[in-house]
Amino acid sequence: MNEPTVHRWPIRCTVNGSVQHLLVEPRRTALDVLRDELGLTGAHAGCEHGVCGACTILFDGEPVRACLLFGVQLDGAAVTTVEGLAAADGTLHPLQESFSAHHGLQCGFCTPGMLLSALDLLAHNPIPTEAEVREGLGGNLCRCTGYQQLVDAVLDAARGGTYDCT
Amino acid sequence: MKPAPFHYERPTTVAEAVAALAGGDGEREVKLLAGGQSLVPLLALRLARPATLVDLNRVEELRGIEVSGDHVRIGALTRHEVLHTDATVRSRLPLLATAAGHIGHRAIRTRGTIGGSLAHADPAAELPTGCLALGAELEIAGPAGRRTIPVGTLFDGPLSTTLPADELIVAVRVPVDMGRRPFGFAELTRRAGDFALVVASVTIAVDADGGCRAATVAVGGVGGSARLIGPAARALIGTRLADGAVDAAVAEVDRAIRPFDDLHASAEYRRAMAALMVRRAIGAARGAR
Repeated sequence: MNEPTVHRWPIRCTVNGSVQHLLVEPRRTALDVLRDELGLTGAHAGCEHGVCGACTILFDGEPVRACLLFGVQLDGAAVTTVEGLAAADGTLHPLQESFSAHHGLQCGFCTPGMLLSALDLLAHNPIPTEAEVREGLGGNLCRCTGYQQLVDAVLDAARGGTYDCT
Repeated sequence: MKPAPFHYERPTTVAEAVAALAGGDGEREVKLLAGGQSLVPLLALRLARPATLVDLNRVEELRGIEVSGDHVRIGALTRHEVLHTDATVRSRLPLLATAAGHIGHRAIRTRGTIGGSLAHADPAAELPTGCLALGAELEIAGPAGRRTIPVGTLFDGPLSTTLPADELIVAVRVPVDMGRRPFGFAELTRRAGDFALVVASVTIAVDADGGCRAATVAVGGVGGSARLIGPAARALIGTRLADGAVDAAVAEVDRAIRPFDDLHASAEYRRAMAALMVRRAIGAARGAR
């Protein structure tokens, strides 16, 4: 069987506020491009087929699974990964502070995806009910099963401020 | 868990997309990439290994929702989240807005598309039964030009359609008067966001005197394809939708379906749940008169 010749596509995208020019092989997912080309290993490669949510990023302000997007599709887009949440001096985002205060992370594997899903939830629904928080995090699996603390963290963060995805 | 190499094309018009599809044959499969929420997992697992992937996401012509004459035209690339939240869809086609809200999670709905869902033809997906119950038609583009087909003729078994490999879905057209009907949507899932074990969409049209003038009943998850159950609809038509008529419609569903056993549920359980979901959907439609 003849393998197609590898042709790399030039792309330009903005990742966490900085403009990137890359050459990407079309079969590589956005997740692989972020992790391997840009060294942004915050978005985690969990299931790599769209089930676990550990690779959730914001793509033009909306949550997507980076493992179900191809890197070439980042062309022209603005992306936020978990690395884009904290301030440049390392000061944690209020949502991250809340996760820390409520033990909303144990092993930390699901945390980047949880944070971005939670941010998206609070940007659209500033005062969610507990049920709405559970639904908002429903696409993200926590293998430590620490859901109660995660829900507590998001509810408390909602009480403490307002959030947007831009 | 990495897709095999493929040639990538990024058309910006339907004509270019059709031209890209024409490059395929039995040896060299060409697949369309819309939202990718079903296709990319198949690529990652290497259950699909197309030679070429044609990315439709830059084809502007596939976007947009407009009321045009007696129907609502929904571009095939319309995302589930848009379908769920768009003001026109919510007011004109609330059944579709409701069904779309049951799909996956937000990070799935922001990418997945109505055209992709229909073309993927998963028997347990939400939009196929919604489109069937609403009498939707599909605008299809191919090398011979455009044609329109009823959505009911699209599905051809699990993950299979009657569309030739050189055609694509451009838009979904739903009659405005179908969208106005009282409706019911019911599905059973193991967890919120999962594919349905059983899904049902129902519409009814009721005369001023309370008689049921027309009805549609569609079910998914209980056979190879989502489908309309004509005898169930006919059991409702001409009645006043009393409990006996509902029982008769449910009995027709039971007669018509061929549910299957799998990891998630036995055929017997699916059969019982199909009856319950159809009963709930009819009940919701009846309550919305």
